Amino acid sequence: MTEWINVILQGVLIGGLYAMFAAGLALIFGVMRLVNIAHGDLIVLAAYVALLVTQGFGIDPLTSLIVVVPLMAILGYGLQRGLLNFTLGPDILPPLLVTFGLSIIIQNGLLELFTADSRKLLAGAIEIETFKLMPGVWIGVLPLIQFIVAVAVIWGLQMLFYRTALGRAFRATSDDQPVAQLMGLDTRHVFAMAMALSLAVIAIAGVFLAVRANFDPAIGPARLIFGFEAVIIGGLGSMWGTLAGGIILGVSQAIGAQIDPGWQLLAGHIVFLAILAVRPEGLFPKVSG
Amino acid sequence: MTKVEHATTSSRIGVALIGAALIVLVVAPLWGDRQTLRLLAEIFTYVALASLWNLLAGYAGLVSVGQQAYVGLGGYLLFALAMLVGMHPILAILIAGPVAALVSVPVAALIFRLRGAYFAIGTWVVAEVFRLIASQISLLGGGSGISLPAQIVINMAPSRQLREFETYWLALGLTVLVLGAIVVLLRSRHGLALTAIRDNEQAAQSSGVDVSRVKFIVYLLTAFGTAMVGALIFLMKLRISPDTAFSVNDWTAFVIFITVIGGIGRIEGPIIGTVIFFVLRQTLSDLGSLYLLMMGAVAIAVMLFAPQGLWGMIAERLGWQALPLQRRLVIAAGTTDKTGAKP
Repeated sequence: MTEWINVILQGVLIGGLYAMFAAGLALIFGVMRLVNIAHGDLIVLAAYVALLVTQGFGIDPLTSLIVVVPLMAILGYGLQRGLLNFTLGPDILPPLLVTFGLSIIIQNGLLELFTADSRKLLAGAIEIETFKLMPGVWIGVLPLIQFIVAVAVIWGLQMLFYRTALGRAFRATSDDQPVAQLMGLDTRHVFAMAMALSLAVIAIAGVFLAVRANFDPAIGPARLIFGFEAVIIGGLGSMWGTLAGGIILGVSQAIGAQIDPGWQLLAGHIVFLAILAVRPEGLFPKVSG
Repeated sequence: MTKVEHATTSSRIGVALIGAALIVLVVAPLWGDRQTLRLLAEIFTYVALASLWNLLAGYAGLVSVGQQAYVGLGGYLLFALAMLVGMHPILAILIAGPVAALVSVPVAALIFRLRGAYFAIGTWVVAEVFRLIASQISLLGGGSGISLPAQIVINMAPSRQLREFETYWLALGLTVLVLGAIVVLLRSRHGLALTAIRDNEQAAQSSGVDVSRVKFIVYLLTAFGTAMVGALIFLMKLRISPDTAFSVNDWTAFVIFITVIGGIGRIEGPIIGTVIFFVLRQTLSDLGSLYLLMMGAVAIAVMLFAPQGLWGMIAERLGWQALPLQRRLVIAAGTTDKTGAKP
């Protein structure tokens, strides 16, 4: 019994990480209907940036966020204004293929710079600290921090969307781009801010990913798929939905892995396909894509 | 009296040139050595894969990054039918097509619920599911893969040389078959509907085209063709593993690069693109990951500055078409409507 409680708890905690993968993806899809195929590779890129920062300044991974988050946000702003803005339009092919090309560039660029060896960020003693929740059920401090950060990120995005001027600009552009432009919004800037925000979330997700497990240049696409599945399970356009989606995905994978280690990923995909079959709009939909 | 004409001067020259090239290629075993034949066969399979992807993404607007699902399915069907059932490999290739089409029906029912760009990632999830299932099948080597038993290969032809000729002709024949089927499809009533969808989906819908039905049929047909090509590819490789069979790089990234460079939404595009891709590969592949990095950059540049691709630029400037696909209305007195749609 406690074994299963442990399994589900671990699944919930990793679901927070998946929710962070998903939130960045859902954010830019919501604002500009762009699906960023390079999303997962950008998460891995953030992990490598954190690796350089922790080694260069001799600071621990969580502190490195102070540097990595703004760096990735600036990269996101530049990427959108310098490249992705030129691909947006009624045709979905250019943004898809350009971000696909970007994914290949990032993967092979990282391979060239850092080789295919797997790396890990070392967070020190905190990595193995745990506390007892109930007899037989232990929670790691780091996974718990990661989950709390994920909830805070989602809550922050939600606040930003509905309580700030920038959020109003995001929603206006999302609802009707030409009218938003007529009202004096510079949509190129709004899109770039959305991408900057998306990459800031990616940076946080990348650092936690790198602390939690080994990473190498090739693991990006799988992170994109996890994020995407969490978005679809949760329902398009809903930030809290991505958290629910991430948790459902995390728990499914944990249960799958408990039954048979080979079933971990497959169980997640099957739950995603099942939800697509019975409830294609997701569990908590808000807007239709 | 009015009628619809397909052929133009350029397409007559094009068909003559393609016919001549085909004769040279059919007799390639007479003039090429073993390595040339192998390279040509690989080129053919890429022409076929890219043409199928072009039909799916360029014409039907179904941008899939998961066609490796059907390449791998075809490969595994070949190994399963040849090793477990004892079927002749060529028969297995032929059967891989309809089986994959059958599999693609429930897959389409699921992923067609995803719109536009999310559809693309959905296809990728399906390919991942196929890969994970393949690595669970221990009879076919599980995660580490398996080689085709020598006896099956030896039984294909009396001598090694004949077997290599046979595989070569098989690759050429299958590619000609795939291209021929696409030409016939595009010249048919459904092809007109497809071309309309390519140019403007909403306008096509309002003109009475059943867009979702046409898309469904195209998805099914590309699964059919892609799986047959996949089976052939792994008959040439003689070894299969989940990672090579369902590789997103080999069967999707390269195929997208080929189609985008050559010209998406045009039947000539993938052929030109494959030639460019192999010229680049033969000269630059020593660079390893830098080569792939450059490929990604070139694809982005083409998409931004010349989205119609190389053949698209030629066709737009000079009005050429290599195959008679264009439709022009010819009115009795001989006045020709020059506004004919793109092929």
